[in-house]
Amino acid sequence: MCDICCDDDEGLQSFAMKCGHRYCVNCYRHYLTQKIREEGEAARIQCPAEGCSRIIDARSLDLLVTPELSGRYQELLNRTYVEDKDTLKWCPAPDCENAVECGIKKKELDKVVPTVACACGYRFCFGCILSDHQPAPCELVKRWLKKCADDSETANWISANTKECPKCNSTIEKNGGCNHMTCRKCKHEFCWMCMGLWSEHGTSWYNCNRFEEKSGTDARDAQAKSRVSLERYLHYYNRYANHEQSARLDKDMYTKTEKKMVQLQSASGMSWIEVQYLNSASQALQTCRQTLKWTYAFAFYLARNNLTEIFEDNQKDLELAVENLSEMFEKPIAELADSKLKVDIMDKTSYCNKRRLILLQDTAENLANGMSFKL
Amino acid sequence: MSSLGTKRLGKELANEQVSKSLPPGITLVKADDLQEWLLDIQVLDQNPIYAGETYRLKFRFGKQYPIEPPEVVFTKQENRPIPMHPHIYSNGIICLDLLGSSGWSPVQNVESVCMSIQSMLTGNTKNHRPEGDADFVSTNKARPKDIEFYYHDNEV
Repeated sequence: MCDICCDDDEGLQSFAMKCGHRYCVNCYRHYLTQKIREEGEAARIQCPAEGCSRIIDARSLDLLVTPELSGRYQELLNRTYVEDKDTLKWCPAPDCENAVECGIKKKELDKVVPTVACACGYRFCFGCILSDHQPAPCELVKRWLKKCADDSETANWISANTKECPKCNSTIEKNGGCNHMTCRKCKHEFCWMCMGLWSEHGTSWYNCNRFEEKSGTDARDAQAKSRVSLERYLHYYNRYANHEQSARLDKDMYTKTEKKMVQLQSASGMSWIEVQYLNSASQALQTCRQTLKWTYAFAFYLARNNLTEIFEDNQKDLELAVENLSEMFEKPIAELADSKLKVDIMDKTSYCNKRRLILLQDTAENLANGMSFKL
Repeated sequence: MSSLGTKRLGKELANEQVSKSLPPGITLVKADDLQEWLLDIQVLDQNPIYAGETYRLKFRFGKQYPIEPPEVVFTKQENRPIPMHPHIYSNGIICLDLLGSSGWSPVQNVESVCMSIQSMLTGNTKNHRPEGDADFVSTNKARPKDIEFYYHDNEV
């Protein structure tokens, strides 16, 4: 008798593994279908008997289930294999089914940024699965993303809509009314426009034309100082965000490039291989912008020393090269066909790639030698 | 319900009604359909926590029974309280690995589940609810089988 369906018909087809727990084929099939389809199990499906820890092997499974389910089983089996192995990770790109192998250890992640490239072309960090964030190490990236999620909008708003009281530094929002401000906290009276003492304003109640008075300039200097940290963050954030946006536009650019390449082939009689330089240029722009974006998060946390200057020079060189290439790249078709421009673009492309590698090599070396950050 | 479930529950029912084979302390109260059954259980030895009480269990069978576990809870009625146990919440939900998909085996049946619950009560000496009972009871909306139980105390 089958202990699952309690059926004891004659000629009931049954199945058992080496453990000897025998059930009818129909029940076994139901059981396996449930485990594979509903519970997503594969490598850990046990014999249906209570307390029996025998795992269903692939050969028994193939005997019992439909080829379709058997395919799903293999898929799940591969998935657990990759998930259980530290040196393998799934490529996070949408619809990509590849796994990537990398031997990086968790404790090395503060010294190395393990970017890997999948065969599908997607580049990501093996440490944290985010898209390529060289030169910034994972921990720094995590902090930066959190800071941006928490602070960016608030900081922007504070910067745009408030000023600090020249006397006690409380942050004040002017939400209407005249320029005569009285700080709620310390009762200091000042002019919103020039930040100078209100008592010096005399009768110009609603208009301030006293921008160059001494009390005003001093107050503005003090204010500027108190804003340095906020402005510093926004400086890096805006550049980071700018490159991020450009990277997004690169996606559109890529499709445009493809169209341009086709147009160019028909307009100038160039062959497919002769227009590939546009593709290379587009790729270079994307990768370089991605790197540039993260150099700004990296720079935000970087402790200032002699190495910083070299880093900033490298960053500046790469940025300049990228913007140059970007400008050339957006020229109309007629000009793109010009052979001189083509050579220029090819030169700039390889220059950008070279600058990027120099920057990354430099930061990778410094990271490995224990670079210091202000976290 | 799948034909497998119908056939199986029919057999279980016939077995219990015809031969009255249920072990002492376990009685079938209602089994009108193949979706929901009610059973009463008692603890037969002299465990002071449960002496003289009868408890009501409600079984609900899903489409996949017996491949999937049934949903089993205590229900409160007059003369039918919820038993005190560090793995039984005051709303009747039972935290028992046997009733989750990883601890369930299709070889289990209504009778064996009742016996497991009975022995879980018999062996218990702690007269209290699980940790965080009040919170769980007031916030939980998930079906028992979808709850990821955290076993605070594995010695019970």
